[in-house]
Amino acid sequence: MKILYYPGCTLKTSAKNFEESAIASAKTMDIELIELTRWNCCGTVFSLTSDDLIHHVAPIRNLIRVQEMNKQGLVKGEFRLVTLCAMCYNTLKRSNLRVKENPEDLEKINNLMYLEEDYEVKVEVIHFLKLLEDMGFEKVNEKVKNPLKNLKIAPYYGCMLLRPKEVGIDDPEDPTIQEELLEKLGAEVINNPFKKVCCGSYQTVQDKNIVVDLSYSILTRAQKEGAEAITTSCPLCAFNLDNRQKEVKEKYPHFKEIPVFYFTQLMSIAFGLDKKYCRFDLNYIDPEPLIKSKGLL
Amino acid sequence: MIKKILITDENIDFLLKIEELSDQIITRCDQCGVCSGSCPLVSEMDITPSQMMRMVQLGQKEIMDSKTMWICASCYTCTVRCPRGLDPSKVAESLRQLRLRQGLDHINIKNIPKDEIEILPQIALVSAMRKFTS
Amino acid sequence: MEKSNENIKIGVYICHCGGNISEIVDVKEVASFAEKQPNVVLVRDYGHMCSEIGQQLVIDDIKGNKLDAVVIAACSPHFQGKTFMNILEVAGLSPYMFEMANIREQCAWPHFNTPSDATQKAKYLTYIAIAKARLNKPLKKKIIPVGKNVLVIGAGIAGIQASLDLGDAGFQVYLVEKEPSIGGHMAQLSRTFPTEDCAACILSPKMADVSSNPNINLFIYSEIKNIEGYLGNFKVEIEKKPRYVNVDKCIACGICEEKCPIKNVPDKFEEELKTRPAIYTPFDFAVPNKNLIDPETCLRLTKGGKVCGLCEKFCPEGAIDFNDQPEKVGFNVDTIIVATGFDIFDATQKKVYGYGKYENVITALEMERMIVHAAEGNPIRDLGTRIGFIQCVGSRDEQVGREYCSRICCMYATKLAQLLKRSDPNRDIYIFYTDLRAYGKGFEEYYKRAQDTGVKFIRGRVAEAIEDSKTKKVTLKGEDTLTRQIIESEFDTVVLSVGLGLSETSNKITDMLKLAKSPDGFLQEAHPKFRPVDTLVDGVFLAGTVQGPKDIPDTVAQASAATARAIRLMNQGGYSKDPILAFVHEELCDGCQLCIKHCPTNAIKISSGVAKVNEVMCLGCGSCIASCPRDALDLHCYTNEQLLAQIESALKEKQDGQIRILVFADDVTSYRLADNVGTAKMPYSTDSIIIRVPSSSRITPKLILQAFSLGADAILISESEEKSSPFPHSIKVIGDNVTKVKDILTQIGVDKERVQFIQFVTVMLWGFVNNINNLADFARKLGPIPIQKRTELVENVNKRLFGG
Repeated sequence: MKILYYPGCTLKTSAKNFEESAIASAKTMDIELIELTRWNCCGTVFSLTSDDLIHHVAPIRNLIRVQEMNKQGLVKGEFRLVTLCAMCYNTLKRSNLRVKENPEDLEKINNLMYLEEDYEVKVEVIHFLKLLEDMGFEKVNEKVKNPLKNLKIAPYYGCMLLRPKEVGIDDPEDPTIQEELLEKLGAEVINNPFKKVCCGSYQTVQDKNIVVDLSYSILTRAQKEGAEAITTSCPLCAFNLDNRQKEVKEKYPHFKEIPVFYFTQLMSIAFGLDKKYCRFDLNYIDPEPLIKSKGLL
Repeated sequence: MIKKILITDENIDFLLKIEELSDQIITRCDQCGVCSGSCPLVSEMDITPSQMMRMVQLGQKEIMDSKTMWICASCYTCTVRCPRGLDPSKVAESLRQLRLRQGLDHINIKNIPKDEIEILPQIALVSAMRKFTS
Repeated sequence: MEKSNENIKIGVYICHCGGNISEIVDVKEVASFAEKQPNVVLVRDYGHMCSEIGQQLVIDDIKGNKLDAVVIAACSPHFQGKTFMNILEVAGLSPYMFEMANIREQCAWPHFNTPSDATQKAKYLTYIAIAKARLNKPLKKKIIPVGKNVLVIGAGIAGIQASLDLGDAGFQVYLVEKEPSIGGHMAQLSRTFPTEDCAACILSPKMADVSSNPNINLFIYSEIKNIEGYLGNFKVEIEKKPRYVNVDKCIACGICEEKCPIKNVPDKFEEELKTRPAIYTPFDFAVPNKNLIDPETCLRLTKGGKVCGLCEKFCPEGAIDFNDQPEKVGFNVDTIIVATGFDIFDATQKKVYGYGKYENVITALEMERMIVHAAEGNPIRDLGTRIGFIQCVGSRDEQVGREYCSRICCMYATKLAQLLKRSDPNRDIYIFYTDLRAYGKGFEEYYKRAQDTGVKFIRGRVAEAIEDSKTKKVTLKGEDTLTRQIIESEFDTVVLSVGLGLSETSNKITDMLKLAKSPDGFLQEAHPKFRPVDTLVDGVFLAGTVQGPKDIPDTVAQASAATARAIRLMNQGGYSKDPILAFVHEELCDGCQLCIKHCPTNAIKISSGVAKVNEVMCLGCGSCIASCPRDALDLHCYTNEQLLAQIESALKEKQDGQIRILVFADDVTSYRLADNVGTAKMPYSTDSIIIRVPSSSRITPKLILQAFSLGADAILISESEEKSSPFPHSIKVIGDNVTKVKDILTQIGVDKERVQFIQFVTVMLWGFVNNINNLADFARKLGPIPIQKRTELVENVNKRLFGG
């Protein structure tokens, strides 16, 4: 199937490991992720005040592109937009909902973007995990050539995939979607009760101590439950949990490093694809030793 | 020092402004504390999220001096758990915006060390700029 | 006018009311005006009509002059109406041949500063009353036969109490319980707050009384399949589920339980903390204390053939009967008490507390069972030393869709905590609460005792519970809101104080009886203040937690209250109803069935092709009448003909330049409000005429249009507010009626603001005065409706209203 795909800025630079593994695994599953034309940055965060409309313009502009691509015949009758980055997912979906529930606001935004066609609120923003779930994880299982046996993984969700309830892809208190996927990849799934605790998000810029402490608790709890690796679906979570392990180690010298994967990297490995798609060079903690030790590479 | 306050309607404008910006009926908060207990960053804050709601309810502008709303990471855990259906993350954003819209940024990109800027992904910088600058 | 009324002889009496009326209104002028009216054979004016002499005057006149109907122009019918209706009865006439013209509260008093206008208005009011009286029928109060049989659904403490009260009072009780024993949830409790008496100890004697009371017919382990009918005539069908054990032979010796090879069936009574065999007794003090076989786990019943059968083999009394079948039983009852109780909140829905996943997180009901067994010396498990209670689980929580407070959890947690603390003082017990609701008798004192015992109370709702996967201890996180500190502490056992919800089985009964539910999901009482155990279905009552969360004393009180309400209807062999009831002109009805869904009590049914009104179920509101395209529906005492006659009379002698405002006032509120305004001597426009109706939903769009065509300049439809009305459904009907009229007015080019719909409360004195005055000014400015448009208003009315 062909489906429209919104990468978001970071997936084109420091999170290329997420994008490339995703595109490759999707291809294995006969899903062609067609990149949205002329997409722009979604703005990262959803603006929460009632009177702010300007910050919804950027997300909505992307949704207009979906309409355009349909009109141009690049896709036919496909108004779903898949994202990988959880933050982009949350922002695009919430902005979409905002204009759906407030037609007067939609009108103002359309009038502001008078050079663009009007947004007609037809687009459905979905996350890649949900796309896989709707197809059925057994289909994922069919493509597994290299089951992730003995690899103890604790999936991590963070915030943006689960909250608030109107956009969450799973139950915010007890999500299981990544667990189901990983099981079908043959991995041994570890439950981390802190899998839905925020990584600290943008505080990493100014107040990275906050992130250090949060990462420490999230990662050590996973390790306490027996995890050897973490999965994530967000470049910011990946940065905070992966790259910031440097600062975690500085503050807590007894801390044992633990690799952080994008779930699509694990899909890629499980499908037996060439490791070049995983771009492990972009992971901070090198995951290759762990995977090699399990005989998966 | 223990403060003594007069309860008047003098600062009701402040409450009304925050209620308008956040689109929340803040007077509905009954101070159950679930938001504070749920907040992953509460230990970094000077006042708890429920205390923030309370101060806004009483129209206490001193809340603007607190660092609580700047520590908030907009994780929405409070949002999905509030038994009254309120959204403290929107209240925090409104308090931030009240300061930011005066042109008073909370962070300055010039103050971030160069080696940090080099490793921070766009997603981090853009979101921090969006939340902490005007 | 019907032939039978053509020669009706009416006597008219104008009361001076000791000067109250006569000082403003020229009563002689009113009297001489009345004398001129057709059918009026006698007119008197007198000082005090309600005095003994006044009353005797009327009685003598009725007998002497053979009067058929009486009109008294005096005070409000709410004041002396009943007195005067009695006089007619004493004199041998139907009390419904009486009409009253309210020339005191609604004339002399408010119009005290315009005596000549008041006199004119008094003439009109009398004239209108005569027009109505002319069409009165000698109706009788409707006697509904009600026998002495009561169905009580549910044998928890509410059903038990009601059954005992009724049985002792000599009524026949049919008590139906779906479980194999009576007792309900109370039987599961350890001790009850605030006195800490043992639940089983106080409940057992009552359960024994139920089985020994000769007037209680107990249908145990039975389900209601169908209920049809109405007060005095409910047909009930139940099905007794097969026990597979003959209760007459079973002596509950327990041998079968020992021999049964299936031992591990989760025991529902024990909240699945223990197991039982496939053949079992419900619990140790069950009534009836007899065994039964669970058909889903018994080997013989699931596999058939000659499998197992050990119980049969070893039963010394030969009580086992694998061929037992369900048995259908039918009976008739006169009243019903619904006491189907509650279910606790399903705590798995509150994922954040880990119930169902974490073994050390339990519900309060499970804790009750644990305490019972620990007290017997057979503890189910070691609860550890640190125990935390989480309050408001499934209550006061919009995230799980339960906004309401379950009322008993603060107290039962305080109780459980104290019991646990006293049985082991080393325990460290915490209750995490949002508010501590200790509102009842002895509650505050009991809470204080808990604090003295060392139970610790933390004001802060628990945000989350996380289990240590190795030790299985549970960490609770929350804020101590009183000191603004975050608490994160580990507990050996966490107890969820779960809230109450309507029991699942209640839903079926609710549908069968067409009962309403409150917004919180429990069954709705007829009136929250004055009819807390009635339902809007006559003869059906509520008792216990089915109506809302409550503790045992309140449940027992409600059960006795429901008993009293039922006895009130059953005690005299029947009860009487005012004949203000809907009826059908069968010759006009074509069976289109449009009316059926408009009756809030489903009182209209089709029979032999025409609509028929069940007079037992009819509320007499008149809401159905506007739905009939053929004018076949009507209301006794307020017939279409009568209302039209009143309207015509109100407008007949309107002079040029005069305006007339018609006010249709519902009896319960608006009419009383008008009386209150008059009593307070607040003046308002004398151009207004108030016409009394049971509910303004009686006023059909057609009547309003006819009123306009006959010369009304403006019409005010006034009714109770929905929340204070005995007919809450009428508000929507009136709204629809008025909207239809406004549409037609606009189509014809008449200002739609000539008709207004306003909801009042009886204390809105200024509201009433201002509305009438404003409407009068408005009508005066607009001027009368042109004759041509007046005729147009009643052309093709049915087509405009019903289409086609």
